[in-house]
Amino acid sequence: MDTLLRDDDTWTVAGRQFRSRLVVGTGKYKDLEETAQAIEASGAEMVTVAVRRVNLADRGAPMLQDYVDPKRYTYLPNTAGCHTANDAVRTLRLAREAGGWNLVKLEVLGPPPHLYPDMPGTFEAAEALIRDGFEVMVYCADDPLAAKRLEDMGCVAIMPLGAPIGSGLGVQNPAMLSMIIEGAGVPVLVDAGVGTASDAAIAMEIGCDAVLLNSAIAHAQDPVRMARAMKAAVEAGRHARLAGRMPRRMGAEPSSPLTGLIR
Amino acid sequence: MVDISVNGEPRAIPPGHTVAALLGTLGLDPRKVAVERNEAIVSRSQYEATPLDPGDQIEIVHFIGGG
Repeated sequence: MDTLLRDDDTWTVAGRQFRSRLVVGTGKYKDLEETAQAIEASGAEMVTVAVRRVNLADRGAPMLQDYVDPKRYTYLPNTAGCHTANDAVRTLRLAREAGGWNLVKLEVLGPPPHLYPDMPGTFEAAEALIRDGFEVMVYCADDPLAAKRLEDMGCVAIMPLGAPIGSGLGVQNPAMLSMIIEGAGVPVLVDAGVGTASDAAIAMEIGCDAVLLNSAIAHAQDPVRMARAMKAAVEAGRHARLAGRMPRRMGAEPSSPLTGLIR
Repeated sequence: MVDISVNGEPRAIPPGHTVAALLGTLGLDPRKVAVERNEAIVSRSQYEATPLDPGDQIEIVHFIGGG
């Protein structure tokens, strides 16, 4: 148990308290066995899940719930693949019925190749979902005005992208993310773009409350080891944020005393 | 028989079949799925009481891995 990150260093979304600041996806793994192992290694307490048609031709196939226990992990149903507000709302209503969870991840995406957040569609869906009693964690553009508007509408967490979904390009927009964090009264998570451990640490150093990622672990050569790396990186970044970094300076400053040198 | 669509596939069911009967025929655990009938949620408590009509569009979904 880490004694430096005190037990009270938690974050809260929609009244639910979490110790882990890493939220992980459950997609793209080789199999459900690997999914379960990687999630365990990540230390995550919240996992994103997708909602899809049951495959009627292969009904005996193993199910996610049998490997990732919804009693142990907070399931955060997403709207991945939804390109209209209507699709997103239908999908999450089904998710609520399947699992009984009001806490959801909304994403309304534009077309490939960037899959950039479709903000008009996102606003429309967020409004409908909030009216319907959902607690909405929202994937969005790194736009401080959009972020504020989503918060004012009642979204419970703002989740701007660091780079396009699945790109692994890292946090490309630290200045914009800082501005969003500065103005936010609800948790801010980087969602999408993290490629490796240092990216997750950077997101936490900027001041994010948590990091959401999937591909960076699932597409690593060794997903379980990368899950461990992400856990350590998020903790390292959080420590660094709380510690307060030294100021940047344009010149050198010796670390050893200049007095007492031999002559 | 009554012609309906389940997850986009045509399917013929006996007259008077309910959502509960359909799930039973398909061998699905009602606790692990959610059902939409003509774009409206059918709540779990209504499966027994919801008969299927000709032309109904049924969606049956569950949770899978996703990011």
